[in-house]
Amino acid sequence: MEQHVFAPWLNPDEKPLIQFKGVTKRFGDFTAIDNQTLDIYAKEFFALLGPSGCGKTTMMRILAGFEQPTEGQILIGGKDMRAIPPNERPVNMMFQSYALFPHLTVWENIAFGLKREGIPKDQLNARVEEMLRLTRLAKFAKRKPHQISGGQRQRVALARSLAKAPKLLLLDEPLGALDKKLRQETQFELMDIQEKTGTTFVIVTHDQEEAMTVASRVAVMDEGRIIQVATPADIYEAPSSVYVADFIGDVNIIQGTALKAGDGYDIAWAEGRAPLHSKREGDGFSPTNGASVALAIRPEKVSISAEQPSGVTNAVKGRIIDIAYLGNLSTYHVELEGGQMIKAQTANTRRLSRRSYTWEDEVWVSWTDTAAVLLEG
Amino acid sequence: MRRMSWFNATSLTLGFVFLYLPMLILVIFSFNASKLVTIWAGFSTKWYGELMRNEAFLDAAWVTAKVAVASSTLATVLGTMAALVLVRAGRFPGRTLFSGMIYAPLVMPEVITGLSLLLLFIGIGLDRGVLTIVLAHTTFSMCYVSVVVSSRLVTFDDSLEEAALDLGCSRLEAFLLVTLPIIAPAVISGWLLAFTLSLDDLVIASFTAGPSATTLPIKVFSAVRLGVSPEINALSTIMITIVAVGVITASLVSKRAAVKRRNEEQAAGRA
Ligand SMILES: Nc1ncnc2c1ncn2[C@@H]1O[C@H](COP(=O)(O)OP(=O)(O)OP(=O)(O)O)[C@@H](O)[C@H]1O
Ligand SMILES: [Mg+2]
Repeated sequence: MEQHVFAPWLNPDEKPLIQFKGVTKRFGDFTAIDNQTLDIYAKEFFALLGPSGCGKTTMMRILAGFEQPTEGQILIGGKDMRAIPPNERPVNMMFQSYALFPHLTVWENIAFGLKREGIPKDQLNARVEEMLRLTRLAKFAKRKPHQISGGQRQRVALARSLAKAPKLLLLDEPLGALDKKLRQETQFELMDIQEKTGTTFVIVTHDQEEAMTVASRVAVMDEGRIIQVATPADIYEAPSSVYVADFIGDVNIIQGTALKAGDGYDIAWAEGRAPLHSKREGDGFSPTNGASVALAIRPEKVSISAEQPSGVTNAVKGRIIDIAYLGNLSTYHVELEGGQMIKAQTANTRRLSRRSYTWEDEVWVSWTDTAAVLLEG
Repeated sequence: MRRMSWFNATSLTLGFVFLYLPMLILVIFSFNASKLVTIWAGFSTKWYGELMRNEAFLDAAWVTAKVAVASSTLATVLGTMAALVLVRAGRFPGRTLFSGMIYAPLVMPEVITGLSLLLLFIGIGLDRGVLTIVLAHTTFSMCYVSVVVSSRLVTFDDSLEEAALDLGCSRLEAFLLVTLPIIAPAVISGWLLAFTLSLDDLVIASFTAGPSATTLPIKVFSAVRLGVSPEINALSTIMITIVAVGVITASLVSKRAAVKRRNEEQAAGRA
């Protein structure tokens, strides 16, 4: 059987469900969203990621219809949304604050949107019961929001926004208040719901791990701009800029100047030291000779050894400054000659294995010529 | 609990005596059997009986009740609408001016409010009667309603109304189904406040009342000028009771709502 890969963004015939076309949003003279164009496809689980204040919530609010773009156009299902008020959009939003109605019970909260549609009573009851079952809230149906726990409240908010079976569901930091275990459970619940219902999800999160777990694609934002849109794996393995590389996961950055050499580049990074070699450039980046560049290397791609390794393109000598023991992993902070710091991560496979390296040890760090990505510096 | 020092106890007693002794005397003498106001001649409720047979007072009482209900209801609607605009509309040209103007009647001398309303009614040729008193009372009591309701709206979470819109409500439905039930305690205490204000207003009513309609306070005031009768004492006692019940209910309603809200917020905060 042929493995079906879900990647509608690669298919030129596919019509996006959501289109941002040159959208700008200003509050007074402050630009919250700066001329952004973005397509999101049906059945995607799309994650917006970025530091606080970069405009994630604003993007959601524009989609839901609570804010109008100052310039540009929003299309949902090919239809211009400018004149469509929030109550007529095929969109439901789960608010970061949950925004549960305090004067209504859990049951009434979930039924609220369905009642507005005026569907028959028995269908309404059946749908609410289904939502209660799905979110495991049946026991709390008669309680008011202030009589249930935070995690239960979050599930009520989710059930309420899911009840109308919207084409598009917007989740603004939906799991922010939950502990790690409940958060992971709910992530899987969300993915499950998404698989069952075929709803398109757009999720805002502060938590990059969450974005990596649930998303079909991730958009990394900064100051009102989308810096990169790609699958979680591509974002991690092939970041398009130092900003993205640094934002997602841990990374070593080495600054230098590039010189074309063979099938890649030599990067001069420190006075009187052998240049580093790399064969991978970031998306669409081809540095001219002498251009200043940044080499981005993930710590787990850096090996550490006592002797100079043979047959590896890049090997530099240094001294261990610090060791962070993280249970299953250890991170070594190595200071190279000349002051550059490099983090190298190794898996602790053997329990209580005697540490082969300790503080102040002289070691070699090394990586292959495809381990590092060459980015604009 | 810490015991009060004698100084505090004395101050408290003096304060309350100063506030309530006159009223207490009035209430006591309303049960006086004698016609002479200042001489105690035994307990009797006959003046309450007399009062019930006094057509003029009963008429005035009926007018007062009608005016109070109508004006406080109207003031509640208008005051709530004004509060919504002031709290919600954000910045718009003239906002400061508008909010200043809403609250100005709170500090305006009543004589001036009354006089200007009188001039207005004469100017547009409106005969003075129940309608003019209702309009006049609405004018000044809606400011009080607006103060009470906007102080509640300031802490109202706008995302609740957005959530209602998101789930398919029109703006009006969102207000009626979500916002109004949540701010109801403030609206109710605004109504009660307006009601009691209307009930005991003398100055503005005397400017805007006409020969066809007199309110109770006006009636009492003019009757007293011909000498205090025990009947007036009885009437005043009844009014004190009504106003006291109104004020106490209003404060209980808003206090209970505040406590409930705090509990809910704490519950939310714990999550
Ligand atoms: N109504 C508003 N008026 C003025 N500025 C606003 C308004 N709403 C948002 N902003 C500004 O727009 C920027 C983006 O805000 P937004 O809420 O989208 O950030 P965010 O990415 O969701 O941040 P966070 O992760 O902290 O929630 C912020 O700098 C914010 O101060
Ligand atoms: Mg936000």
